[in-house]
Amino acid sequence: MHHLELPSYLEQSPEVRDRFTRLKQRPVVLEVKGLNKEFESHQGQVTALKDINFQTHRREFVCVIGPSGCGKSTLIRILAGLETPTSGQMLIAGEEVHGPGPDRGMVFQSYTLFPWLTVKKNVMFGLERTGHGTFTAEQEAMQWIDLVGLNKFADSYPHQLSGGMKQRVAIARALANQPRILLMDEPFGALDAQTRAKMQSYLLEIWQNIDITILFITHDLDEAIYLADRILVLRAHPGEVEELIEVPVPQPRSPEQFLSAEFLATKKRLEALIHPPQSEEQSSADHLNMVRMVSLDDEVESVF
Amino acid sequence: MSMSSWFAVRKELGPRPRFVIGVMSFVLPLLIWSLVSYVPWLWHPKVEIREPGGVGYFKPGMLVDREVFDKEALTAEQQGKTLPLGDPANPIYLPAPHEVAIAFYTAFTTEPKRRSEKWLHESLWDSIQVIFWGFVISSMIGVPLGILAGTYHFMSRLFEPFIEFFRYLPAPAFGALAVAVLGIHHAPKIAIIFIGTFFQQVLVVANTTRKLDPALLEAAQTLGAKRLSLLFRVVIPGISTDLYRDMRILLGWAWTYLIVAELIGSSSGITWFITQQARYKNFDNVFAAIMMIGIIGLTIDLLLAWLGKRIFPWQRQPARN
Ligand SMILES: Nc1ncnc2c1ncn2[C@@H]1O[C@H](COP(=O)(O)OP(=O)(O)O)[C@@H](O)[C@H]1O
Ligand SMILES: [Mg+2]
Repeated sequence: MHHLELPSYLEQSPEVRDRFTRLKQRPVVLEVKGLNKEFESHQGQVTALKDINFQTHRREFVCVIGPSGCGKSTLIRILAGLETPTSGQMLIAGEEVHGPGPDRGMVFQSYTLFPWLTVKKNVMFGLERTGHGTFTAEQEAMQWIDLVGLNKFADSYPHQLSGGMKQRVAIARALANQPRILLMDEPFGALDAQTRAKMQSYLLEIWQNIDITILFITHDLDEAIYLADRILVLRAHPGEVEELIEVPVPQPRSPEQFLSAEFLATKKRLEALIHPPQSEEQSSADHLNMVRMVSLDDEVESVF
Repeated sequence: MSMSSWFAVRKELGPRPRFVIGVMSFVLPLLIWSLVSYVPWLWHPKVEIREPGGVGYFKPGMLVDREVFDKEALTAEQQGKTLPLGDPANPIYLPAPHEVAIAFYTAFTTEPKRRSEKWLHESLWDSIQVIFWGFVISSMIGVPLGILAGTYHFMSRLFEPFIEFFRYLPAPAFGALAVAVLGIHHAPKIAIIFIGTFFQQVLVVANTTRKLDPALLEAAQTLGAKRLSLLFRVVIPGISTDLYRDMRILLGWAWTYLIVAELIGSSSGITWFITQQARYKNFDNVFAAIMMIGIIGLTIDLLLAWLGKRIFPWQRQPARN
């Protein structure tokens, strides 16, 4: 890959540039201002997030990517109201929010469907909490279940579903409340490659057809480029914004684009940011201590 | 299925071996008991006298130690008297299975010796009532308290340290106190079952509540669930299956307090029957009564297990291969 002549990831075709101009004129759904988070741990203070600032616009798809432990989950949990920031603000549609609320839907990496409720009742859960009657809740729930293609499983219990289906229900359940923003923390991380690819296409299809802004955490570079309008790259220790990349791959996305020049250029940039060339010292400390352990008179000759 | 697959770590057996081995777990002890009872040269340390012969103090049906019998027989032989005859027998406290089986039936059909005494089924019913009320009253307070302590740290700190302390106080120690306060009828016995169950119950339920996956609570919060709906719509249904399992185990513990509880004040229920029969040396009846407790306990537990599968349809059914 690195031998190919790639364009710069900053180069955008006129259509793509035009799209970003229009996107940035849309109203701001989420604004994060000077967000800091410190954890008290036994080893002392850990700065998980340091001075995070960014905005997302309505119907935008933003991916957050960064090395493990850089504070991605902490960030999204703060946005969902499940953690309180040490300092800083977050505004949803211009209003400051504290604590969890149905205006921000969340899909977790672990399966969090309520095991004691059927698929339909799971999707109805949020609707009933936000003041819908049982009848309307049921009708709306069925529409969302239909949207994720699980009609036949409306009366099944979560343990009867595959991992991919569980996450589809989780998406339907989060969307049913019609949140301003959908927060997703590595939602496909536990799925096999094939299911994951399918889920990515489903998610794009859903996103294209309804009014939803998505903030999606992943550590998979391909996934981030494939899904995102913009990618927020975080750096670890402390968690800071490294770069906010505008993905130059045209919309709507399709799997064929994985090999397009824009895609590869973006991937090269992300790789440079996330797996920086290691210093001499680090790379000598972290390696295998391999010795040859094949007997000398082995009948099978080496193919190396 | 080969033997080696019977000992695969944490692998389920097929339905047939599972059933057969389950039955074996009852058959094996019964088999040992039968062998000891019916094979004359296994154990049998006593001799039951059939014919006293020339031994003056022997009476037909009397049980004597084997050495005594041999010695008396030898003496009789030396003195030229008729030899006593006898059969090997087990001590009176180990009746044979068939005797216990018969006692099982006759215990219910035998009229009580005195008018004021109760039939066996009445005694059993008394016992079941004591267990039932002790357990129900304990659960009515203990389960809500446990759930609150498992959900809110405040409640946990407020109740649990004291309960941790109190659960080490042996329930029977409160017997005299219970009688002084509550009189001599069922009430003090119910109180002992209560004391024996309640404190464990709060701690067990609190722990079960704490084991609920916190991600479920977080998911519910992002869906708009607030304080009360979190408790009633997530915590309680979320722990219900584990809670049910806890209750089955705790009910078993309540049964173990039954005998002590029934000895308090004037003895009653199945315990009264057992002590009474032991006094008359009717050990077959004693065994039958002890087994009745086991059978009632096991039946209730199986019933609850069966019921649980119907109450909680979302529970993963065990894989049937
Ligand atoms: N509850 C917590 N207490 C203490 N430290 C925490 C806690 N949660 C996360 N951290 C620390 O904050 C950092 C960021 O964690 P996290 O947000 O989970 O990273 P990521 O999701 O990017 O892998 C890590 O160094 C982690 O050890
Ligand atoms: Mg994470």
